[in-house]
Amino acid sequence: MLTNRSQVVSKKEMTLIEKMYLPAIFSGMWITFTHLFKKSATIRYPEQTREFSGIYRGQHVLKRDEKGAERCTACGLCAVACPAEAITMVSAERKPGEEHLYREEKYAKIYEINMLRCIFCGDCEEACPKEAIFLTDRKVDSFYTRKEFIYGKSILVESKDSPIDLTKRQTPDVKEFKLDKHYAHNQTFDKNKKTKVGGHH
Amino acid sequence: MAKVTIDGHMIEVPDGTTILQAARMLVDKNPEVDAKVAPPTMCYYSKLKTSGGYCRTCVVKVTKGSEKDPRPMPKPVASCRTNVMDGMEVVNITSPEVLEARKGVVEFLLINHPLDCPICDQAGECHLQDLGYEHGLAKTRYDFSRRTFNLIDIGPYIKLHMTRCIMCFRCIKVADQITNNRFQGMLFRGDASEISTYIEKAIDNDFSGNVIDVCPVGALTDRTFRFKSRVWFTKPMDAHRNCTKCSGKVAIWMKGNEVLRVTARKDQWGEAIDWICNDCRFEKKDAKDWVIEKPSHISRHSVISQNHYENLAQLKLDIGKQQKQIAAKK
Repeated sequence: MLTNRSQVVSKKEMTLIEKMYLPAIFSGMWITFTHLFKKSATIRYPEQTREFSGIYRGQHVLKRDEKGAERCTACGLCAVACPAEAITMVSAERKPGEEHLYREEKYAKIYEINMLRCIFCGDCEEACPKEAIFLTDRKVDSFYTRKEFIYGKSILVESKDSPIDLTKRQTPDVKEFKLDKHYAHNQTFDKNKKTKVGGHH
Repeated sequence: MAKVTIDGHMIEVPDGTTILQAARMLVDKNPEVDAKVAPPTMCYYSKLKTSGGYCRTCVVKVTKGSEKDPRPMPKPVASCRTNVMDGMEVVNITSPEVLEARKGVVEFLLINHPLDCPICDQAGECHLQDLGYEHGLAKTRYDFSRRTFNLIDIGPYIKLHMTRCIMCFRCIKVADQITNNRFQGMLFRGDASEISTYIEKAIDNDFSGNVIDVCPVGALTDRTFRFKSRVWFTKPMDAHRNCTKCSGKVAIWMKGNEVLRVTARKDQWGEAIDWICNDCRFEKKDAKDWVIEKPSHISRHSVISQNHYENLAQLKLDIGKQQKQIAAKK
């Protein structure tokens, strides 16, 4: 009764005209006919695509920092925040000489998101203390097998040459809102302070 | 015997008991008393003699000195080093002044502590993390660079992150009291002090691994567990084995059927119940080595309690009962 649209079913006997069903058939066909002149509800995907909402959350990206090193440190907070338990990771220790590859002492050797499990809620992005994972406006591809939906680092980590643009959703307002996080964990983001910020070495 | 009132709860304790011990007794005996009435500790460890008195986390206010001398104590006192008097009245969480003082202490503890929890293996079971969380210190007011050290390997099993150390002295007390051959100590003084060891004379004492358990932060960590998994993805199980050196009663931290880490069992204050030997801790990483008793008790406020079911058998019974009830209704 919430919508006020529920109707009580009546079981009264139908009249002769109603029993013929013809008026009902014609009125139905008339509705179908009028739809020929109405604007189509569908579009010709994939040639045409609809405009994405500004806050659309699609396929994830693992960002690199300014020097091209992976930001993810395999802290596991995205995995623990994930309500669908779609994220798994295995961490490893960075060896001397790999500083250009990984920003922190520890990094994700394996990082997998099961795109079939993912509900694109963005909690992983919210949880990430290292500004590493973001949801982008890219769509997840379709495949024939389930296995292919498990995205590993080869798909998730952005390439050094073509960084993924995040400015659509990570607007200055959003960044301002997230400033606390930058302050604590990511020295490079702290523009307001001239002195070296603690919490990172 | 002395009667002492802590946050309005009265308890009678033997003479010579400290306020902290009395508060813990109070919580142990009365389940209805908020566990936070017992002050948090970073350096005091009930199983280590002469521990405590360094960190000041356990400060409380004495509003009435004793029955004979009811004057309040002029400043907040360290409850781990102050003995109770008959008729003493103490406030801890009911006093905003104490909470403010403790907040200041936590801020001092965090001054040189790096914010590398995403990397640190202790994260999720770290007492300093809990303390910082409790007091809402998400930001630092400290503008200078923090002191940093290179990592030190204390023997093949233990890693020392001096950068994370908060100078609680617990590990030194373990080395003094539990092992028969002290292998590390404090060098230098004041803010320059650091834990150090003769690396060449790397320790091979059977109980040296216990320094990992007593460390309230991630300064001393298990090298065999280093970066293997975050603690909240592993399941702690109480297990035992026949060990000639120690009691053999441990908690094993499992992921699937793999034993990733072995630690001592912890009581509700986060202290080891039995010291365990290095053999049990570092060498027995096969599930076949252990007789698993039951899932360890984890406070439900801990992140480790996620997906950790302590009484799975009972849970299954309850679900079965409910399903039967639903079926009966139909």
